[in-house]
Amino acid sequence: MIELKGLSKSFGKKTVVEDVTLKIHAGAITSFIGPNGAGKSTLLSMVSRLLDADTGEVLLDQSDVKKMKSDAFSKRVAILKQANHLNVRLTVRELVSFGRYPYSKGRLNEEDHKFVDKALAYLNLTDMQDKFLDELSGGQKQRAFISMVIAQDTEYILLDEPLNNLDMKHSVQIMKILRKLVDELGKTVVIVLHDINFASVYSDRIVALKDGRLVKDGPTNEIINSESLREVYDMHIPVQVQDGCRICVYFNSNN
Amino acid sequence: MRKNSTKLIILSVIALICMLLFAFYDIKGGFGYAFPKRLERLFAMVITGTAIAYATVAFQTVTHNRLLTPSVMGIDSMYNIVQTIIYFALGSSSIFVVSRYLNFGVSIVAMVLFAVILYRFLFRADKYPIFLLLLAGMIIGTLLGSLVTFMQVIIDPVEYESLQARLFASFMNVKTELLFISAGIVTLAFLYGTRILHKLDVMSLGREHAINLGINYDKMVLRILILSSILIAVSTALVGPITFLGLIVSNLAYQYFATYKHSVLIVGASLISIIALVGGQFLVLHVFNLTTTISVIINFIGGLYFIYLLLKESRKTA
Repeated sequence: MIELKGLSKSFGKKTVVEDVTLKIHAGAITSFIGPNGAGKSTLLSMVSRLLDADTGEVLLDQSDVKKMKSDAFSKRVAILKQANHLNVRLTVRELVSFGRYPYSKGRLNEEDHKFVDKALAYLNLTDMQDKFLDELSGGQKQRAFISMVIAQDTEYILLDEPLNNLDMKHSVQIMKILRKLVDELGKTVVIVLHDINFASVYSDRIVALKDGRLVKDGPTNEIINSESLREVYDMHIPVQVQDGCRICVYFNSNN
Repeated sequence: MRKNSTKLIILSVIALICMLLFAFYDIKGGFGYAFPKRLERLFAMVITGTAIAYATVAFQTVTHNRLLTPSVMGIDSMYNIVQTIIYFALGSSSIFVVSRYLNFGVSIVAMVLFAVILYRFLFRADKYPIFLLLLAGMIIGTLLGSLVTFMQVIIDPVEYESLQARLFASFMNVKTELLFISAGIVTLAFLYGTRILHKLDVMSLGREHAINLGINYDKMVLRILILSSILIAVSTALVGPITFLGLIVSNLAYQYFATYKHSVLIVGASLISIIALVGGQFLVLHVFNLTTTISVIINFIGGLYFIYLLLKESRKTA
């Protein structure tokens, strides 16, 4: 279990995350939602030690993340940020193989290759594994990066807006894969999402942030309702149930 | 991958031919006199070539910019300023000029210290982005360069003549007595350098991916910048500044090998570097009959190549 205790972060005079305390439940998908600038990505970056918190701590199974060895941590928690521009020219397979680095230190053994094969197959990339990343479409590229994180074989997978630039079909595909990772392989997924309906349909728990503060934290059912969502987004969001899914119909809301 | 190993073999053969030509072609006078001299120069070129190649490729990986070299950080100008200050304050007959060891030691320590202080002050992980560090390096480099010019203008003309000889790269008057100590330092640096080749591969993916994959990124960046400074400092103190060599060989290596693997890139860049230095020196000796120096040739070709790279880069972004 990952615990965040009193995390705060400011850039200059602007406080981006303020005193956030929460627990990330293992074996579930947790979605971070909230308006632009709520501090979702910053929070995720602090959990994954891409950013140092100003105050507060992150505990992974009760031990302070800052005191853990970098390579031990990288075998347990993986992070993928939104901007994925590379300066080097790699093939899909080469990129996914990098996911094995915490284990192989650059020399892949047979087991590593197996993990890479599996990760490629998981995202339907086997056919294009020898293509260069700059030859791929945005969606294929995104899948390649997610495949790298899966090859890393960590208990926790943190994703920062992985559906950016993806069309509906690929978004659904990715969310289904994440669901499979949790249900079949027992992974824990934490994901920053902009599309509240994807959060509603696929996640087990929802964490809502606003102006750097935690406003809601609970099971999806308890949070996807007009009342709670008004607190988060300051607008009227009608919720309808369709095939057992709670869908937010906010497109012509008049506050 | 096999293709790249073939390329490495081809480069090794060319480098070997250059070295043999340099060592044996048209030896006049006593063989016993000329041959050891040539070997010393050859040795110096191999050390300098590999040191510059490693330093530049590693530096460019860490800064994610293929148009920057350690000299941009002002390390070359630090060499110039140390020498100029010594001549300016103490004169050419001072112990710091006469004793090569002392001069070598002072130069290297000053250059590495300069680099470390610069990084320590400017390098605060998430506070300053790396381009700010480089910008600061460039400004400080320019400042030091102006100071050097200032001192050189008011220095005694005879002293200036002797100083000038020190500040131009030349393999003809390699400080041979410094060869072994340089080789020692470079070997030590390489012992560490080869152990982190795979880390360089991961770091070329960028900070976030590297941290995700378990690299202690900010610490490694500092270490690699210091390692590059040491290598550049040694090669500069040995033969003088060759600003553009690193830029040429690293970019030729990226183009020729088209891989992310630093084990290949750095060996390739080193071989290209040796070919450029030894082959170039051979041409200086036997074709140009010493009417020019190798640093002039390399800076001329390097300058043209730099402009070509800039144009190519701007076309890509346009």
